[in-house]
Amino acid sequence: MSIRTVTFDAIVVGGGGAGMRASLQMAQSGFKTALISKVFPTRSHTVSAQGGITCAIASADPNDDWRWHMYDTVKGSDYIGDQDAIEYMCSVGPQTVFELEHMGLPFSRTEEGRIYQRPFGGQSKNYGEGGQAARTCAAADRTGHALLHTLYQQNLKNGTQFYSEWYAAELVTDARGHAAGVIAICIETGEAVFFKAKATVFATGGAGRIYSSTTNALINTGDGIGMALRAGVPVQDIEMWQFHPTGIAGAGTLVTEGCRGEGGYLINKDGERFMERYAPNAKDLAGRDVVARSMMMEILDGRGCGPNGDYVYLKLDHLGEEVLHTRLPGICELSKTFAHADPVKEPIPVVPTCHYMMGGIPTNIHGQALRLDGGHQGQAQHIPGLFAVGEVACVSVHGANRLGGNSLLDLVVFGRAAGLYIEEALRQGMDQAEPNSDDMDRATARLRRWDDSRSGESVASLRKELQTTMQNAFGVFRKGDLMIDGVKKVADLRGRIGEAHLGDKSKAFNTARIEALELDNLLEVAEATAIAAEGRTESRGAHSRYDYPDRDDENWLCHSIFDPKTKQLGKRDVNFKPKTVDTFKPKVRTY
Amino acid sequence: MVTSVTTLGRNGLSDWLVQRVSAVILAVYTVVVVGWLLAQGEVSYEAWSGFMGCLAMQIANTFMIVAVGAHAWIGLWTVTTDYLTTRQIGAAATGIRLLAQLVIALLTLVYLLWGLVIIWGGV
Amino acid sequence: MKVSIYRYNPETDREPYMKEYEVDTGGKDLMVLDVLNLVKEQDDSLVYRRSCREGVCGSDGMNINGKNGLACITPLSLAAPGVLDGRKALILRPLPGLPVVRDLVVDMTMFYNQYEKVQPYLQNNTPAPAIERLQSPADREKIDGLYECILCACCSTSCPSFWWNPDKFLGPAALLQSYRFLADSRDQATDERLARMDDPFSLFRCRGIMNCVSVCPKGLNPTRAIGHIREMLLERAV
Repeated sequence: MSIRTVTFDAIVVGGGGAGMRASLQMAQSGFKTALISKVFPTRSHTVSAQGGITCAIASADPNDDWRWHMYDTVKGSDYIGDQDAIEYMCSVGPQTVFELEHMGLPFSRTEEGRIYQRPFGGQSKNYGEGGQAARTCAAADRTGHALLHTLYQQNLKNGTQFYSEWYAAELVTDARGHAAGVIAICIETGEAVFFKAKATVFATGGAGRIYSSTTNALINTGDGIGMALRAGVPVQDIEMWQFHPTGIAGAGTLVTEGCRGEGGYLINKDGERFMERYAPNAKDLAGRDVVARSMMMEILDGRGCGPNGDYVYLKLDHLGEEVLHTRLPGICELSKTFAHADPVKEPIPVVPTCHYMMGGIPTNIHGQALRLDGGHQGQAQHIPGLFAVGEVACVSVHGANRLGGNSLLDLVVFGRAAGLYIEEALRQGMDQAEPNSDDMDRATARLRRWDDSRSGESVASLRKELQTTMQNAFGVFRKGDLMIDGVKKVADLRGRIGEAHLGDKSKAFNTARIEALELDNLLEVAEATAIAAEGRTESRGAHSRYDYPDRDDENWLCHSIFDPKTKQLGKRDVNFKPKTVDTFKPKVRTY
Repeated sequence: MVTSVTTLGRNGLSDWLVQRVSAVILAVYTVVVVGWLLAQGEVSYEAWSGFMGCLAMQIANTFMIVAVGAHAWIGLWTVTTDYLTTRQIGAAATGIRLLAQLVIALLTLVYLLWGLVIIWGGV
Repeated sequence: MKVSIYRYNPETDREPYMKEYEVDTGGKDLMVLDVLNLVKEQDDSLVYRRSCREGVCGSDGMNINGKNGLACITPLSLAAPGVLDGRKALILRPLPGLPVVRDLVVDMTMFYNQYEKVQPYLQNNTPAPAIERLQSPADREKIDGLYECILCACCSTSCPSFWWNPDKFLGPAALLQSYRFLADSRDQATDERLARMDDPFSLFRCRGIMNCVSVCPKGLNPTRAIGHIREMLLERAV
């Protein structure tokens, strides 16, 4: 297979918030940068983020301190977030958010003209002692949309070269495992091209589509994770999947935590505000994992609402029409469309729904992808040429549970950090890995395999089966025996997906081929998730097991590392050494 | 962002404004003439000729004929650039459009001059 | 229920045609996108764009029984009377006025070009403060109804003026964006922005037909924004 090669200093794969923040940084410094995105950039999933971007800019509270934000984030992560990374994110955050405002992001405003901040779950003042904080900077309930469009606009201004509707299919590595670029397909023509670059930045987002019920866009198929695993790059804490408390029942569409931040609360079928029982202090604004579990307990205990008792209600009508229409206009629209309920008059039926992948490609704060040198307990070493930012990366700032509003901050802080680092590295001279023909063959094997398929099961049916398997065995609550069964089912699916059939082999805008390639990635993510979830024998953050109901700091106060070559789970130390503040020591986590 | 030498004012705002102002002139003119006709009941040639021959109406008619000319030119020019384009009728469009615009421009000029002769020719 | 879909594959078809499908929706008031997904399970050669499936990414703009809209937030009951109960077929065509790439996918280059022409980014040359630039809630309110645009192209591709001159007339979407920056108290390029639109095509081809307003899935009003720009041009000129 001979393919055309195009050469850049750096390529970014993914046009969401992290990718576009990274490409912006590099475009501003004049390096030849390409951004490859399988959808037009403003169609990326960042656009769906609603509530806001959490950051101690001291608008709502002039005394706010990034260290308090750091404390909340460490606690929210159930203590397996890396404290050096969290320190970096929380301290650099304000500058990053101000930059976004200077770029034109239309934040909502306070009477003083400053950025409006609303309360979100897990936020506190004075290291948990000062009560609820309001730290999430918002543009109504369309913050992700506003942020993504602003970043796209700035990239236009600065001349980033976009390859929109190009699908990155495989990471190309040389014999040493150094990244040399990616093979990407022009969706419109079907042509496969080798994008060769000194730096390859994965910003491919999450993979919520491994579950059948998810708030994630249809495009969130874990392409970066799939490419990384196939290239032998490990993933970290991949068992940690956040279930957002408030997805609209049935539809799965997200209802922002900002609703509860603005004063909304959850009720069961008796009309009881049940979160008062589970989290007496923070109530509805406890960590997402806590709220999601509480909701599931209500439903499992028979206090769910609706004819089947399989959801609870989010009550907002008491906030009044004006607040709802100015602060939560998008939610009013979504609720009317997908739940047939006008929040001004009636509550919204909600249920915990897969939302965010805390795990991902392990990286340092510069976005450099890491692998463990010398086995599972080995020292982390960066992989030359490969970077990861945003949801696909595990820096790790979210640990076992991400706080609401920290995702957008993660995107822009680490997108920017990777951009800054690569800019400097390119200036000093980066090596270009040179793949040989075997390397290229390996990278294009999967394209050939689908094109050569003559018969087999359909992509749609296998995808459905995979999603159902993951939903049943690796949901909010997990059980050892069900997970062992799930791991087996996923292994079986691997065999069947390897034999599956692509019916349409045409070239022009063949989305069937893209969906087939995506299915391979879903499988990779699902397998890693299944093995890691089964392997972590404790309950921590979003990972909650019936058979191991307690947190086990003795054995599991660490990252899990899934090695794709051996399919074994290893461990990696959590960083407890922030540079400018004292370590936040693990405590019992209550809200 | 788009330059166009064949437009009247070579500028979108002036065209737009001329179109509106000429429309107002024509509307007022129509009201005056129709009002006069209604007030007359039965109209004789002498009455009509006298009415049109007075200085006020000569001025009004001048405004009217210029407004018709400007309004027609801008409107028809717009029509040619909407429909007589390569996108609509193929490669020959530019020649056809130019020809159509020339014919429209000439006709407009002829009517304008002829109208002025009629209005002021009797003096 | 019956679904009739515009099909065209440049590799195999000399010209486009409508293809009929029979889909079992179980009588549910599904979204049009759900129906498309069911059709794709039958026939994986059917091509359409989709991403967020909740009406915020703007991928799946298409012509649904004669009216442009987003497939993911248009329920069958609102697609056209009679579609939900099967009396009438659901008819899906690509957005009109743009070249068709394949099936329901159109080439949006011209649409994006017009967007880029309005310099859709904040321009402010004063040194940025250490914190954010201040903006009063009243000033911020002026860009409500403008910044929410999702670039789905439903408006521009329903506009006859855009059909006739998609290379010269900016179209409702780009003009809405232009006004989003003109109305932003933080933007300083007002004069330059206005000067760039003061020709007979860019803005003035708007005839006030208001198709854009009637189809906008986000309920925005480009015609009003265009009117505001015209007022600003007038104010600047007289």
